[in-house]
Amino acid sequence: MDPFADVPVLSLRHAAKSFGAVRAVVDGTVDLYGGEAHALLGENGAGKSTMVKMLAGVHQPDAGQIEINGQPVSLNSPAAAQAAGIAVIYQEPTLFPDLSVAENIFMGRQPLRGFRRIDRRLLREMSVELFARLGVPLDPDRICRGLSIADQQLVEIAKALSLDARVIVMDEPTAALSAAEVARLFEVVRTLCASAAAVLFITHRLEEVFEICQRATVMRDGAHVLTAMVDDVSPDDLVRAMVGREMPVRERRGAAWTDDRGSEAEEGGGKAAPEGSPRASTAVLQAQRLTREGVFIDISFEVKAGEIVALAGLVGSGRSEVARAIFGIDRYDAGGVRLGGQPLRKASPAASMEAGIGYVPEDRRQQGLVMEMSIQQNVGLASLHRLQRRGLISSGAERSFASDWAQRLSLKYGRLTDPVSRLSGGNQQKVVLAKWLGRQPKVLIVDEPTRGIDIGTKAEVHRLLVQLASDGVAVLMISSELPEVLAIGDRILVMREGRLTAEFGYQEASEESIMAAATGQYEAQSS
Amino acid sequence: MNAALTDAGQSARPTRGADSRRLTERIFRIRESGIVAVLIVFVAVTFIVQHRFLSSTNITFVLTNTTIFALLALGETMVVITRNVDLSIGSVLGLSAYVSSNLFGQHHGISILAVFAVGLAIGVACGFANGLMVSLGRVPSLVVTLATLYIVRGIDILIVGGNEVIASTLPSSFIQIARANVLGVPYLAIGIAVLVGLGAYYLRSFRSGRELYAIGSSPDAARLAGIGVAKRICTAFVISGAIAGVAGVLWATEYQTIDSTAGTGYELAVIAAVVVGGVAIFGGSGSVIGAAVGALLLSTITSALYVLGISPFWDQAIAGFLLLVAISLDRAIGVRLLAALRLRSSRAR
Repeated sequence: MDPFADVPVLSLRHAAKSFGAVRAVVDGTVDLYGGEAHALLGENGAGKSTMVKMLAGVHQPDAGQIEINGQPVSLNSPAAAQAAGIAVIYQEPTLFPDLSVAENIFMGRQPLRGFRRIDRRLLREMSVELFARLGVPLDPDRICRGLSIADQQLVEIAKALSLDARVIVMDEPTAALSAAEVARLFEVVRTLCASAAAVLFITHRLEEVFEICQRATVMRDGAHVLTAMVDDVSPDDLVRAMVGREMPVRERRGAAWTDDRGSEAEEGGGKAAPEGSPRASTAVLQAQRLTREGVFIDISFEVKAGEIVALAGLVGSGRSEVARAIFGIDRYDAGGVRLGGQPLRKASPAASMEAGIGYVPEDRRQQGLVMEMSIQQNVGLASLHRLQRRGLISSGAERSFASDWAQRLSLKYGRLTDPVSRLSGGNQQKVVLAKWLGRQPKVLIVDEPTRGIDIGTKAEVHRLLVQLASDGVAVLMISSELPEVLAIGDRILVMREGRLTAEFGYQEASEESIMAAATGQYEAQSS
Repeated sequence: MNAALTDAGQSARPTRGADSRRLTERIFRIRESGIVAVLIVFVAVTFIVQHRFLSSTNITFVLTNTTIFALLALGETMVVITRNVDLSIGSVLGLSAYVSSNLFGQHHGISILAVFAVGLAIGVACGFANGLMVSLGRVPSLVVTLATLYIVRGIDILIVGGNEVIASTLPSSFIQIARANVLGVPYLAIGIAVLVGLGAYYLRSFRSGRELYAIGSSPDAARLAGIGVAKRICTAFVISGAIAGVAGVLWATEYQTIDSTAGTGYELAVIAAVVVGGVAIFGGSGSVIGAAVGALLLSTITSALYVLGISPFWDQAIAGFLLLVAISLDRAIGVRLLAALRLRSSRAR
């Protein structure tokens, strides 16, 4: 019996999708056959999530088409995709925090009794049954607010199961799950495949691909690279296809370094701020046993002047939350933060800014920029005290301030008075960086600094961060992109489920050792 | 290196189900019973100071005053649950009250049912306009209904001019609607209590009712779940408008003298009642019963101040104070609930 001889249940053919100037997907192609588990692989930013959203009916492709059983269809809404038998588990759970777990699973599809009333008892029973299949004792009557990421993910999985869909798309469903929960999920995936459903499985963990998938498709920079039977390829083949270049990370780092750090870098043998040099010895930022109940526990680390510390880990492992707590956006329940040896007031971004911390958030459109305001206003936003003359903001001072930074960061723009929304993602990120650099921070926290940025600008941002560190700024960088972490991190901290699980010097770290610490799926290999 | 705290995090596992359920149940009981407790304490204290407060005349008086208020709170709750707000209800009530009751003077012998139908139609039209602009035009409901508040009031003033409807033009059977009672309890109050009960049952037991909560709880998730968000929001506004239209006719039976100022500022009192009644102003949670009790509480306060001989000036001040108490309580419960829920789920790992 060859399941791949038939017509695919669902296929995406040469789909393209752009958001403004960003071309998220150029050639998205994947065929799903009933009964197969199909892995969709690629680095962050390769376009996987955009493909998922096209299949989910959230985005409509600009070009190319979607076919169900060989017939072209248009999935113009999430409801249409659901009706076509496609269930999607999103990377970031989308739940109703005020409603019960059971209602979240069956919203819009609740079981009914007479007069089209909701049958609450049956609703509860069906939920209990689903959780029994998944093997987790989650209470269906509890409201979803306050559920951990893993539990939220389980609710999403239960929701997809309840749909009895022909195609189930799972966007990194295992990212936040424990080993036992992953094993049960795989059990469920196998059952689904046995009942002729197709599963599209997105993951960063290659060993999962070899464990449950029959075929794999690799995307790179928005384009289809390879589709193969899993048995015919090795993990190395897949990684090579994902990265697309046989370029040992270490060398790239050396190259980036020597440009910017000059002779000093060579003295350190490729390492910019060698251990023992006076500048590297002062810890500027110290986190001491930081704990926020249910989010992260016992986080201690320090960042020295002139050092880039990368905080790696899976989405939902608590990295961003730690950064937010340090900067004072969220409270923490225990522990403390010291800046230059002085304790930092908790839960006060103003105090953190005053003390010299800059924070470039993960979501620049929502949190980093005021999209309607001009480039120069955004650049000046964090330095208003220096731009005012007799209590009023001087637009002349603002302009020269902004144009100075625009030049230093080689920002590409039309006019400084253009709204910042008109810039490309990479240039928007430069504006956010300029905003903070204008304050000349001692510590710069950057969360996913190059997400959704084209490759050229990405390199520029990397160079900029390295430059900053060599100027003595302590940089804490959160990143999901391992090549980035390995390229510019002097030390690499790894978080998993709210805990720090490993620390590597840049020489000891490899993608494998970081992933091992981040997932806890297999024992850390000695490197 | 981080072994210190791991033990604490991995204690007993079986708490995930039962414990958190008891916890959430307790919190929800508090949310609805809190307002009832405040009401009881308030009535008890006032009764001790002034026994006349629980005389049958006064009870009838309070209930009569509550009816329209609670009815409007029912409609407003439907809208607020979806993370929207309807500020136009006072104006819609005013317009409906004048236009419908004025029919008695213009068309002798017109049936009361037809008059109610006209009031209802006015309300539905206004609600539909609001709903379309909010759901399809994607304009924030605060702005849309603030605009219609002024527009509808303007139309009302244009139609009414300096006129007013006076009691003598109204048929006595119409006036009786507000007055008829059994053992001092107005039929109207009973009717509206039943209506509120039906509203609560609808929101609890029907898909479309649950979807209103879902939309208010997370509009993005609602869209992803395939809920017709625009349609549902539009419906909520139509219901709120329809209720305001009917409330206008009831207003005419109760006050019998209607000029162009009828219902001015009423929307804020209704929203206050809704929030005091435990409906989250940002949507997603709360019940129409809570909102109705909120309305009862606010009109009880008005009456108590009157009975106690305190200046009615305090009425609004106390309503405002209660609003602050309700919101702080809501916030405090919310923060504690979240912390407790987070703790449960982390312990369960």
